[in-house]
Amino acid sequence: MEFQFATLADFLAMGGHGSYVWASYAVTIAALLALAIYPALRRRQLRRELLRQQRIERRRQVKRTEIAEPA
Amino acid sequence: MEVFLAWQWFHRLGSPRWFYQKTGAWLPWLALASAVLLATGAVWGLGFAPEDAKQGNSYRIIYIHVPAAFLALAGYYIMAVGGAIGLIWKMKLSFAVMRAAAPIGAVLTFIALFTGALWGKPTWGTYWVWDARITSMLILLFLYIGVIALGRAFAREQVADKACALLALVGTVNIPIIYKSVDWWFTLHQPATIRLTKASSIDPSMFYPLLTMIAGFYCFYAWTLIAHTRVLLLQREWRTQWVREALVEEK
Amino acid sequence: MSMLDAPTGRRVAPGFGVLFKTELLLALRHRADIANPLLFFVTVLALLPLGVGPEPALLAKMASGMIWVMALLATLLSQESLFRGDFENGSLEQMALSPQPLYFAVLAKSMVHWMVTGLPLALLSPLLGLMLNLPAAGYLCLFFSLLLGSASLSLVGAVGAALTVALSRPGLLLALIVMPLYVPVLIFGTGAVQAAIDGYGYSAQLAVLAAYLAAAAALAPLAAAGAIRISTET
Repeated sequence: MEFQFATLADFLAMGGHGSYVWASYAVTIAALLALAIYPALRRRQLRRELLRQQRIERRRQVKRTEIAEPA
Repeated sequence: MEVFLAWQWFHRLGSPRWFYQKTGAWLPWLALASAVLLATGAVWGLGFAPEDAKQGNSYRIIYIHVPAAFLALAGYYIMAVGGAIGLIWKMKLSFAVMRAAAPIGAVLTFIALFTGALWGKPTWGTYWVWDARITSMLILLFLYIGVIALGRAFAREQVADKACALLALVGTVNIPIIYKSVDWWFTLHQPATIRLTKASSIDPSMFYPLLTMIAGFYCFYAWTLIAHTRVLLLQREWRTQWVREALVEEK
Repeated sequence: MSMLDAPTGRRVAPGFGVLFKTELLLALRHRADIANPLLFFVTVLALLPLGVGPEPALLAKMASGMIWVMALLATLLSQESLFRGDFENGSLEQMALSPQPLYFAVLAKSMVHWMVTGLPLALLSPLLGLMLNLPAAGYLCLFFSLLLGSASLSLVGAVGAALTVALSRPGLLLALIVMPLYVPVLIFGTGAVQAAIDGYGYSAQLAVLAAYLAAAAALAPLAAAGAIRISTET
């Protein structure tokens, strides 16, 4: 088994079909990456939402205790 | 006893929490396996596999086209089986798998269509040919989009899950009929100028990279399906304590 | 003994007869609902020559396909209201709760739907064939293929209608989920007419359409019944 192309330019040209081959691979990689990244992004979004909720709740609790025992 | 144990396992698997905690450890390995397999297969297919005698180098698109088409179809069945299990055993996890499988399958179908069109241009001289397999793929894309759109239309997730499951099952019954009819339609209308290479015996030097890519796509599919399911579970079980812990603790 | 009195296992299709008669009566009273899909069918086909030009040869080539596609759309248009009224006034829920199997209720409604859309479409088809210059050999086949195929369309469409009945504006969504399932009927329907025009036998295609109808009659009402139960869940 050996590399089929003599030069890098040959490899990129793919015997004149380079644009089709490389466009196919590029679009596929982009689509697969989008699929791979989505869960992480969504997870971060959920995490931020949760932290925000918890902050609001904590602030409310602090206020409540302040009202209950005025300094 | 063994049957009992199997059932216990089955029910535990149905619990979103158990699934989330169990699969967390698998993800890096699946990601690694798919990255290695896909990279190896792509380099092998693009650079080291011999040139095709008839089609030249454009045939190298096969290494993504065929695995994507494989999984696009298999993904529909996975989605339908997930829906069926959800309907029969009222399993939340199974519905989540089904809902996660729909967009993944749609993207893979799109990849198969797109690469097919780009392959068609140098091979047949045109981007779009109403070839039997391409047409079937297009209809498969419509089936996926139907499931996604139906799921989004309902306000209540429980109803959406069941409706999607039913539609996926109806689609599963119809897919073989659609494929057969499109095939028949194509043989009827096949223009003389387009000669498709019959599924001839493929040389091992071309076949092994293809096999690697198929394995890579399977690993990638498993990985994204689990990852999408996990994040969907986090969203759905939002109110529970374990989700809060999972979200705050990790990272 | 009236049919309503004995919902026992003795009858093959409990509740079917009564429901069929009621539905047919209701459908026949709403004449506009019957006329609209047919008018749509005729209007769009009358627009076709305006779009592609009046050359008889071109129209003849397109006639069978266009008539079939329009039949698909006309069926789909009327499909949306199949369960709508019953859902809104609560009788769909009653049907789901009643001891009679929902299967026969759906079958009865689909059959009535076919009688007021598919059947008139098939009866109208020779007229449209005439307008679109359909070759003479195709008429009989067009009629029979539409007769058989539209029944399948009504049954398969019922599943989509049942799935989307709880949504406020299901029109386009219904089309989206049902259209791919219509593909085999379209292919074999037009295939039969084309074979007839070309002078070949077309009984094989009609047999496939009949087989599809048989399968649809057995399975589609089951799926639609399941979909009704999902849609009426509170």
